[in-house]
This record gives sequence, structure tokens and C-alpha cells, in this order.
Amino acid sequence: MTELTKLTIAEAREGLKNKEFTASELTEAYIAKMNECRKLNAFVCETPEKALERAAVSQEKIARGEGGDLEGIPLGIKDLFCTAGIATTACSNILKGFVPPYESTVTSKLLAAGANFLGKLNLDEFAMGGSNETSAFGPVVNPWSKDIPLVAGGSSGGSAAAVAAGMCAGATGTDTGGSIRQPSAYCGVTGIKPTYGRCSRYGIIAFASSLDQAGPIAKDVRDCAIMLKNMAGYDAKDATSAIAEVPDFEKVLGADIKGMRIGIPQEYRVEGLDKEVAAYWDKAAEILKSRGAEIVDISLPHTKYALATYYIIAPAEASSNLARYDGLRYGNRVEGTHLDDMYINSRTAGFGREVKRRIMIGTYVLSAGYYDAYYLKAQKVRRLIRDDFVKAFEKCDLILTPTAPTAAFPIGDKSMQENPITMWLNDIFTVSVSLAGLPGLSLPIGLNANGLPLGMQLIGRAFDEENVFKAAFALEKDAAFRGVK
Amino acid sequence: MTGMIIKGKSGDWEVICGLEIHCQIISKSKMFSGASTHYGSDANENVSFVDAGMPGMLPTLNEQCVRQAVKTGLGLNAQINKYSEFARKNYFYADLPQGYQISQFKYPIVGEGYVEIDLEDGSSKKIGIERLHIEQDAGKSIHDISPTKTFIDLNRAGVGLMEIVTKPDFRSPEEAGAFLRKLRSIVRYLGTCDGNMDEGSMRCDVNVSVRKVGEEGYRTRNEMKNVNSVKFVMQAIEYEARRHVETYENGGMIEQETRLFDPLKGETRVMRKKEFAHDYRYFPEPDLLPLVLDDAFIEEVKSEMVELPDAKRRRFVAELGLTPYDASVLCEARETAEWFEKAAKGHDAKKVANWMMGDFFAMLNEKKISIEESPITPENLGKLVDLITSNVINGKTAKDVFAIMAESGESPDKIVEERGLKQVTDSGEIEKIIDAVIAANPDNVAAYRAGKVALAGWFVGQVMKESKGKANPGMVNQLLKTKLDGK
Amino acid sequence: MAIDTQTVKRIAFLSRLRVEDDKIAAAEEEFNKILDWVEQLQEVPTDDVEPLISVNENHLVLRRDEVTEGNQAEAVLANAPMKEYGYFAVPKVVE
Repeated sequence: MTELTKLTIAEAREGLKNKEFTASELTEAYIAKMNECRKLNAFVCETPEKALERAAVSQEKIARGEGGDLEGIPLGIKDLFCTAGIATTACSNILKGFVPPYESTVTSKLLAAGANFLGKLNLDEFAMGGSNETSAFGPVVNPWSKDIPLVAGGSSGGSAAAVAAGMCAGATGTDTGGSIRQPSAYCGVTGIKPTYGRCSRYGIIAFASSLDQAGPIAKDVRDCAIMLKNMAGYDAKDATSAIAEVPDFEKVLGADIKGMRIGIPQEYRVEGLDKEVAAYWDKAAEILKSRGAEIVDISLPHTKYALATYYIIAPAEASSNLARYDGLRYGNRVEGTHLDDMYINSRTAGFGREVKRRIMIGTYVLSAGYYDAYYLKAQKVRRLIRDDFVKAFEKCDLILTPTAPTAAFPIGDKSMQENPITMWLNDIFTVSVSLAGLPGLSLPIGLNANGLPLGMQLIGRAFDEENVFKAAFALEKDAAFRGVK
Repeated sequence: MTGMIIKGKSGDWEVICGLEIHCQIISKSKMFSGASTHYGSDANENVSFVDAGMPGMLPTLNEQCVRQAVKTGLGLNAQINKYSEFARKNYFYADLPQGYQISQFKYPIVGEGYVEIDLEDGSSKKIGIERLHIEQDAGKSIHDISPTKTFIDLNRAGVGLMEIVTKPDFRSPEEAGAFLRKLRSIVRYLGTCDGNMDEGSMRCDVNVSVRKVGEEGYRTRNEMKNVNSVKFVMQAIEYEARRHVETYENGGMIEQETRLFDPLKGETRVMRKKEFAHDYRYFPEPDLLPLVLDDAFIEEVKSEMVELPDAKRRRFVAELGLTPYDASVLCEARETAEWFEKAAKGHDAKKVANWMMGDFFAMLNEKKISIEESPITPENLGKLVDLITSNVINGKTAKDVFAIMAESGESPDKIVEERGLKQVTDSGEIEKIIDAVIAANPDNVAAYRAGKVALAGWFVGQVMKESKGKANPGMVNQLLKTKLDGK
Repeated sequence: MAIDTQTVKRIAFLSRLRVEDDKIAAAEEEFNKILDWVEQLQEVPTDDVEPLISVNENHLVLRRDEVTEGNQAEAVLANAPMKEYGYFAVPKVVE
């Protein structure tokens, strides 16, 4: 029998059904792997006892031929999803000790489908960061690291690293500007940020409400399809969730992509683009072409403004979303002589540097006299960026780009630490998609000369995850690269 | 012209005033959560995780709050905006759990409108409405339980509010008072807000400035927050206007500031200077999509509209012949107006109105009861008026019958019948009594006939007394005169 | 639109965050760097462009007016750092 933690969700599901192993055995294998890989710092809260209890229940259901789509499958949950009775921190000191009395809609759906949660996964504090280094629990180590520890990417660094290291069969992530796709690329796994509104945001700790979107990170395209189907759907508790039917994404896998038009945006050939990344980009286009897809040049003219737009809108929304962390009703309180003093003490002690930086930028761009010049301007440019995609999709059905300009970089990289903008530039290929609210999937395409995985991004029309999955599945098959360690 | 003019050393000053009124919306659940709006529950019992601003919680908009706002907008003769947006108003406060209030800013649900107010001199004036927007209420800070701590109760957090902003159209405290009473009457008619200022379900911010008569533009204004009665609003305007005039005349300047009205001292004092002014950083609420109303929804709300006090008053004057004053008194509260209409139906409306505004209101006052608790039903008051107009009983008997009705709740017909109170209209019977009175008082008859005609009244009294008050006074008069003069 | 020390202090207070005096200069510099960088947006002509508020093109769905939550004061207060008599407690607020 192969090592259980190497199995994909689809394979594990088959194995459980065919009684090759039990849900408890599967869970135990993952728990052993969690112990073995603890130095990666992927999990910030482990719940093995709970997992084993649930596994036993799942096993009974499986034995009776019952159970949901994910019955007995051990998953990791990004610590941004509120989980009833289990500490949820957003990896911030300000939420130290917070135990939500409610469950997020996405995790409720996964539980209802029979999934089994192993614990909570590390992330950049409040999902603000691209390297998992802003976490109050410290950075996640990329499982692909050799001599020096590399970042796992962010903000869903714990999720991507845990899947890559085989510490869970799949994980939830959230993506605001690239937080599912970029760590997936750095860790050699597959992740999809679905269309904005696909998954309910209810119970997910908010970073930037108009951009935040949940999605899966898994070992391959099929697993992402299985997970997303069990995470998505309209939720009356989230006014921004979309009233749209959720297709069975798994059904489209393997379908012919002949005649599909794949757009290559010229603006993404940015200065300083890693040569190997560029080469893999060409290779990916070749693969799709050899499958009968048509490669077309497209233009997304406002691409260069996407990062600046994002770094106005996201901090602005964040500055407001994070106002509730005041030490009054939950979380960490540092006493003060009066109310404002208590607020200032609690927030100054509770938030990390990057979060404070973004709160202050966000406060500034919304403040009297600056709103029009920054926030309103950014919202207008956001429309232009969205419209670029609408126009591009008249000429193509999917867009292919690299996920990130480079492979994973070392933890504590000086240039990134010194200049926040350098760090933010890692989001260059992912933020436009977030601003436009489109589905974007990252899958591993191969290793660079240093033996580090690189990812490719497939972008679809709004609510057209099916075509994204279709092409990703084909690309995955022909690239013949499996990123999981 | 009903404006208030303040005579100063340097000339005449006029008062400029605008109001912002927060009306708590009547709904079962809160504006953005499914928690109850019930008032008076135990601390933090009517609180959802959304109201408490817990991480990851999202607002969902209550349809009833939208309906109530549209209804109120229609009642204010205002533009209903089919497209509106929610916005966050950001500020930190202990009873504001999210650190922002969900409100509306650039695109309110209701635009410009007006309310007609009636003034004591009989004139009326249109007060412009700038806008009405909907937003969530904050919780309550309780300062008086502990000497060192403030306690927070979130039961009120998230209850729906309508903020109604007037144009700076008020020129006297009296106008502002009349407006608040009219607004209260309108929202109560519509059932969109209970209008109780003392309980805080209607709260008023007052903006006041002054300017020289004939001066263009506006001078710096001051805002007084949360003035909680009509009387205090009027006092606050008067105090503040005089303070401004005095300041200007002494060579001073008015600084923009937020002030508090102290009802005990009847004066205002500084609460917040402009340099500490908030920067609310409004921006569109990303957790809620724009609110778009379709024609069907607006038509549906229109179909639910009731006749408002102004329309009712005009109809009472035109169709029922009431005086404008009587009509406006009866129309102030919807319950009263509806009671009146029931009572007046098929009867002499003017007489019914007189009875209501006289004996009936006095009775309610004396018993300290509301109109709904009246032992006298509107139908029975109508019947009583009928008994008078059809000469079954006379006015004096009617007062007695009314008193019995107020105690027993019985119908007037029954009272009159059982107690034999019908007035005597048989002329033969009355003549008999008159003859007897004349026969028994020859001296007075002689005196009358000798020219002491004032005695006529005495004779009427005697006849009424003999008839135990039941004789028709008109007939008594007429027959007596014939008999006394006719000989 | 360069940020000065006063602005840093004002923004910090609006954010209810403390920037220590010896860190203000660095914060000022960092802000200005970031603002210079986002300044590039000004070169995009947007006169006739409507701001994009949500990528979701649906309209708001309204909830029926029903009481579905409440009577859970214990759960609401469970995480409170300080609570008394069923209330959240904070240092005295003086108005």
C-alpha cells in the first residue's frame, strides 16, 4: 500500500470506499505527518483528538455505504475561518484566545460533506502579506527549502505548505490579492480562487471585503474541483455571495479543449521577469496549443496600475474591517486609563507591523480631503481593469499567465523587509484578477534550476470555473509534473 | 411671517435652524441581523453575533426597514430613490461594536421632500426635507452602575434608524416645534416609528445660526445633539440664537462646535470643538450591494399608505364641515381621527366633534386613559348625538346620559329608555304642566304681564323642573310665551 | 501630497494606534514612499469612469423581518476580556 498521505482526495476516497484502509487509519497517517513536519510551522492549532473522533464516525458511515463527498477526508483549515469551539486567531495577537461560538459557512459545508479537520493553518496576520512572515506565530517554512529556509508564500502559506508536505489531504485558503495562488505556486501545489461571490464569506475573518474570496488548495486539479464544489454556493448570510448554480466541476475534467482560445496578455511580460518563469509560460502555452487550443495575443492595458489600485482599496477596507478589534468584546485587551487609551494600547500591542502599516494607509486614503484622490480614483481604475478583462474575453476563453514573477525566496529577505513595495510586487500577476473578481487557478508547471516549483495561472470569465478546470486538467496532465513532496 | 426676530443693539437678527431627526424604525428584527428589537430585555439578550461585531460576521438587510423608510419618504412628499447605497461611517466608540456604523451617505434611499406645518396664527409653511437615509443604531453605554467602569449593552445595537434631515428652513422655535409634532404625527400614522422622544425612539439634533435680517448666506452654525423633547428643542433654539446674537454684538465670533443642551439649566454648553471633530471616512459598504428598488415594490408600499393628517384634516373641513382648528386637533393622532370618523359616520359630524373635544377628551383626561381604552364606543357617541338632534333628549339630559355612558359603557338608547329620560315633545302634555305652573303662580303671572318679561326664564325653569327636565326646552319656550302673552 | 509629522500623528490617532515619537520620522518616510508610488494612478484618465463598488452585479437581496437570533448573551459575552452583570465592561467613559 502506498503511503496514505501521498494519496489525492480522489484516491483516498476510492480507497475508503473499497475498504483498502479506514478513515481512522487515514487520519492517523496525517497526524503522524503533522508531527513529523511540525518544524515547518504550518499548523498553529492542532486538533488530532477531535479528528480521530470524527474519523471513527465517518468510518461507520462509509461502512454503511453512506457519507458525503468528502467523508473521512482530513483537511487543514486556514486560521482565518471561524470554527465553532476551536480557537481562531487570524494569526494575530489581537485575537489571542478567541474561540468563536459559530462556524463559517465554508467550513460548515465541508463538515456537512464529511470532511475531517486536523487543525488550523498558519497565515500572514489577517491575511496581509505575501510570505507568511507577518504571522504572529512566525513564518511557515516552504517544504521545498534546501539549505536556507524559504518562504511558503502568503497569505495562505500554512495551507500550501501543509498540502505540499502531505500534512493534510487538502486545505482551505482565502485569496484577496493572490493569497491562494501565490503560495500554491511557491509550494508546488494547486489552488483556485473562484469568482468573487462563489463562496460565502460568512465566518471568514475579513481583510478586504470586496476582494476576499475562499478557495481550496490541494494536491491536484481534480482535488480542487472536488473541494470547491463542496465549499461554494449562495448563502443568504452573505449579501455579496452570488446567486449562481454550482456545477459539478469534477465532471468537466478530461473534456476536450480543442478550439479553446487561450489569451496571452502582453503586459504580463514585465521587466525583470524571471527567465525560467518566462520559459515555462511559453511551454504551458505550447502544451495547450498541442491539445488543439488556439493561442491569441491579448492586451490588458491597465495592468501596470493594478498593484497601486489594490494597495489603496485593500488597506482602505481593511482599516475599517479591523476597527472592531478594540479589546472590548473579545481578543486581547491592554488596559488603559480611559477608553481611547485602552483602544490604543490594545491595538498597538495586538497588531503586527504590516497590519498597522496597512491600517494607517487605509485610514489616510479614506480621510477627509484625500478620499477622491486615492480611494475614489482607485475604484475608477478598478473599473478600467475589470473592463480590460471583459474586452479581452471577447477574444479569448481563458487567459494564461505565470502565477508569480519568481520562485519562493528566503525567509527574512532583506530587500523585501526594508521596502514593503518590493514585497508587494510579488502580487503583480494575481491582483488584477482579484480586482476584477475573476476565477484564477494556479498549478505547478515544473522546477527551476534551483529545484523550486513554479506555477502557472489560468484566468477565466466570471463564473466560468469549468473552463479553467478543463484547461488546467489538460495542462497538468501534459506537464507531467507533480509538485507534492 | 412667523419668524422670530431678535432685536439687537446693531439691528434685527433672524434665526436660522435645521433639524436632524433620528427615528427608530418599527420592525420585529434589527436592520442587519435577525435579533429582536424588543425594548426592555435583559442586557445583551437581543444580540446576534453580527450586532456584537464578531469576526467574520456580515450584515443582511431587513426588508421591513426598507419598506418603512419608503413609506415614511412618501409621507414626507419626498423623492424615493430607486438606487441607494450603504456606506460605513467610521469611528471608535464603546457602544459601536464594528468600529463603524452602517449608514447611507452619497446615495440615500429618500431624497428631497417637504412637510407642511400649521402655525398658531392660522398660517401654514412648507419645511423642506433634504433627505432621509437609513442606518443602524448603536448600543448603550451605562455609566451609573459602577464608579470606575462603563458597561455596554448591545440590545439596541443594530436597530434600524431613519435619519431625516431638514433644510435650514426654520425661522423660529415655534416652527421647529410645529414640525416635530407634525413629523411625529406622520410617522405614527404610518406606523413607521412610535415617535416617543422621551424613550429615545425619536431623537433630535438641532442646528442653529443667526444672521442680520436681509443678510445673504449663512453664518457659522452650532449643533446640539440629542435634544429629547419638543419643548427642549424650542428652548435650545431660543437660547442658542440669543447666545449667538449676544456674541456677535459683543464683537465675538461663533466657532463651529457641537454643544449639549442642559434641560435643567435651560442652556447649552460645548461638547466638542471642531479641532476634535471626527473624520468619519465614509466609503461604500463593501459587505452590502447597492439597494435597488423596483416599481412594483414602491407601488406596493404606496398601496399600503394610509391617509395622512394633512389630507384627513382637509377632508374633515371640506366634507364634514369641521373648523380647521377642530380638524387639526382631531387629526393629530391617527387613533383619535379614526375614532372620530367612526363616531361621526351617519351622524352630525360637527356635533360629534364638539362632544369629542369637550366632554369626551375631559373624560379621558380625568380617567387618565387612552382613546382605545374609552368605555364609550364611537358608535355610542354617534347615537347620543343622534338622540339630541332628533329631539329625543335635550342637551341637559344628554350630559347626564354621557356621564352614565362613561361609567357603564352602556348604549345611550338603553340608558334613555330604561331611565325614562326621553324628552316630552307632546304639546298637550307640556301645556298641562304650563297651565299648572301658571295656575300656581298668579302673582308672577301678573308681574310678567305688567311688563316684567324677565320672569319668562323663571317660568321656563319651573316648567322644566315640573317635567323632571324632560320637556323639550324649545317647545316649553314657545308654548309658555303664547300662554303668558296670549291671554 | 506629502505626509508630515502632524498627519502621521492624526492618522495614528484615527486608527487608534500609537507611533512612538522616535518612530514617527521613519513612518513619515515610509508613507511618503508608498504614496509616491500610488501617485502613478493620477496619470490614468478617469473623468467619465464610474467607480466600481462591487464586482458582483447582483442587487441586494432583502431578508424577511423575522426574529431568528438572540437569547445567547452567554455566547456573546464568552470571549469578553471583562464583563460584569451581563454587560461588557470598559474603563469609565467620560463625556
